[in-house]
Amino acid sequence: MSRRTPRDLVGGAPQETFTFRFDGRDIPAAAGQTVAAALWGAGVLAWRTTRHGGEPRGAFCGIGQCFDCLVTVDGTPNRRACLVPARPGGLVTSQEGTGHDDLAV
Amino acid sequence: MTTSPSDPAARADLAVVGAGPAGLAAAVTAAALGLTVTLLDAGARPGGQYYRHPDPALGATRPQALHHDWAAFAGREAELRAYERSGRVRYLSERQVWSVTGSGTDWTLHSRTDEGAGAPVRARAVLLATGAYERQLPFPGWTLPGVVGAGGAQAMLKSGLVLPGRRVVVAGSGPLLLAVAASLAAAGARVPAVVEAGGYGPYARHTGTLLRNPAKLAEGALYGGALLRHQVRPLLRHAVVEAHGTDRVEAVTVARLDRDWRPVPGTARRIPCDALAVGHGLVPELSLATALGCATRTAADGTVALVLTPGLRTSVPGVWAAGETGGVGGARLALAEGEIAAHTIAGRAVPAALARRRARLRAFADAMGAAHRPGEGWTGWLREETAVCRCEEVPAGRVREAVEELGATDARTVKLLTRAGMGWCQGRMCGPAVAALAGGGPAPDRRPLACPVRLGQLAELPAD
Ligand SMILES: Cc1cc2nc3c(=O)[nH]c(=O)nc-3n(C[C@H](O)[C@H](O)[C@H](O)COP(=O)(O)OP(=O)(O)OC[C@H]3O[C@@H](n4cnc5c(N)ncnc54)[C@H](O)[C@@H]3O)c2cc1C
Ligand code: FES
Repeated sequence: MSRRTPRDLVGGAPQETFTFRFDGRDIPAAAGQTVAAALWGAGVLAWRTTRHGGEPRGAFCGIGQCFDCLVTVDGTPNRRACLVPARPGGLVTSQEGTGHDDLAV
Repeated sequence: MTTSPSDPAARADLAVVGAGPAGLAAAVTAAALGLTVTLLDAGARPGGQYYRHPDPALGATRPQALHHDWAAFAGREAELRAYERSGRVRYLSERQVWSVTGSGTDWTLHSRTDEGAGAPVRARAVLLATGAYERQLPFPGWTLPGVVGAGGAQAMLKSGLVLPGRRVVVAGSGPLLLAVAASLAAAGARVPAVVEAGGYGPYARHTGTLLRNPAKLAEGALYGGALLRHQVRPLLRHAVVEAHGTDRVEAVTVARLDRDWRPVPGTARRIPCDALAVGHGLVPELSLATALGCATRTAADGTVALVLTPGLRTSVPGVWAAGETGGVGGARLALAEGEIAAHTIAGRAVPAALARRRARLRAFADAMGAAHRPGEGWTGWLREETAVCRCEEVPAGRVREAVEELGATDARTVKLLTRAGMGWCQGRMCGPAVAALAGGGPAPDRRPLACPVRLGQLAELPAD
């Protein structure tokens, strides 16, 4: 089986690597990665539970359309993890249920 | 047309929504033809879905390893930057347009950034190049973590250089699956199977169209070869009918399908995996277009697309469309259409070779779309408790109840009765499924807003 990684495939190396805090653990990330990408990279696939069923969810569409990847970033809830860039020392917490915040949907 | 390009308050000749292959090609072609252009895109970098690529900070020296035709993008991006410097093009990234108002030759585009409202953009003509999103057909277990969109997995790989798992089954329908499986395998994932619900048989009926598209055939052969090298097993006329696991997917059940996509009894078998990348083709993103009243049609793949003239005008004067909004057809077609639209917007004749290329690629797209169009039997995959709407957690049983007991005959009524499609994604994930269960044809996007906006921004919208 191939031991290749996506990074091997495209060559090069990230300009900066760092960690952010996710629910009490450190997640490694590279500058230019989204929160969702860093979480996938660390093997974390779920970071939200649904309002009614309390079911685990994570990134699904990967492009900002499905809103399954909602997460709380530095205190702000309902951020789409597949769009929000990971930041050094950032504080990411999984989100239970939802407040619809002040967004009109 | 007059020009005062660098003044943000000025009216540009053309506003383009979407910097994917279609919008990007349109913007640089229009600029080359002398127009001033404002190009808006929700993403951080140009390229759209096809040319999605890592942030420069990720230091990829070979981003083209995940793309075909990278040169076609790189060339146009260089032109975009040059026109930006000369002031002919204003490129606004991370700007999601949520409403277009106006008429004729006076349009205002309302957009938001991540932080709040973006200044309104004014233009004499509008080009909608908003692309597509993935068509999802629900099945038991599809909300489990590790079940991800096939295009979604591709997008996360191309931009974030990550995989959802080490053993990834790729399933659904349409040629995108081959590209996704080839990329995942090249990036180090094991792909135990590519599961295609449609067949490639129907292509045989379109031999002429195929032969007129040698580049498309070569692309297919390339993916096919790559998959063979990675020992990926293609399963035609099969579908993943269930995903298993508790906290994340651990295996999938695959079954053979009959011609109507009904699972054939006794053919089910389990394939262990730690992720499933699934999608059934793409659906044109028409929120802005339908809000403007642009006429739609049902395309060969069963999705709703815009009605367009050969010059790519919509039915609304002053509004053009290019790329997937006019029917799903791939990046090359999107590039050609962007150029065609730019010509007609600039009042120029469309070069004959360009028009021919478009016709050829559209014919190919239609043949492809028909071969992978979902059969009606797919709803047999659903159990009563299977969530159809992921956002509002509406199970299939409730949708069926709305249809069979409460008399709903279309997706809109089902939505009002069950809340399916009323959540965050505004029906982008469940729309095709709800329409199928309601028994009507596919329902055109009808969203009051193309994306969630803050209430304060809505209040600023002029009454019209
Ligand atoms: C998730 C996904 C992955 C894909 N991966 C592949 C692949 O690997 N290979 C392949 O051959 N094809 C792929 N496709 C198909 C590919 O999208 C098309 O063939 C091609 O990119 C179409 O070009 P386009 O310009 O029409 O649309 P797109 O490339 O989709 O570009 C549309 C652009 O419009 C922007 N946009 C949309 N709405 C708004 C708005 N309201 N305001 C501002 N901006 C907006 C989007 O951010 C996007 O950049 C994928 C499609 C999807 C949805
Ligand atoms: S994964 Fe769909 S919005 Fe983020």
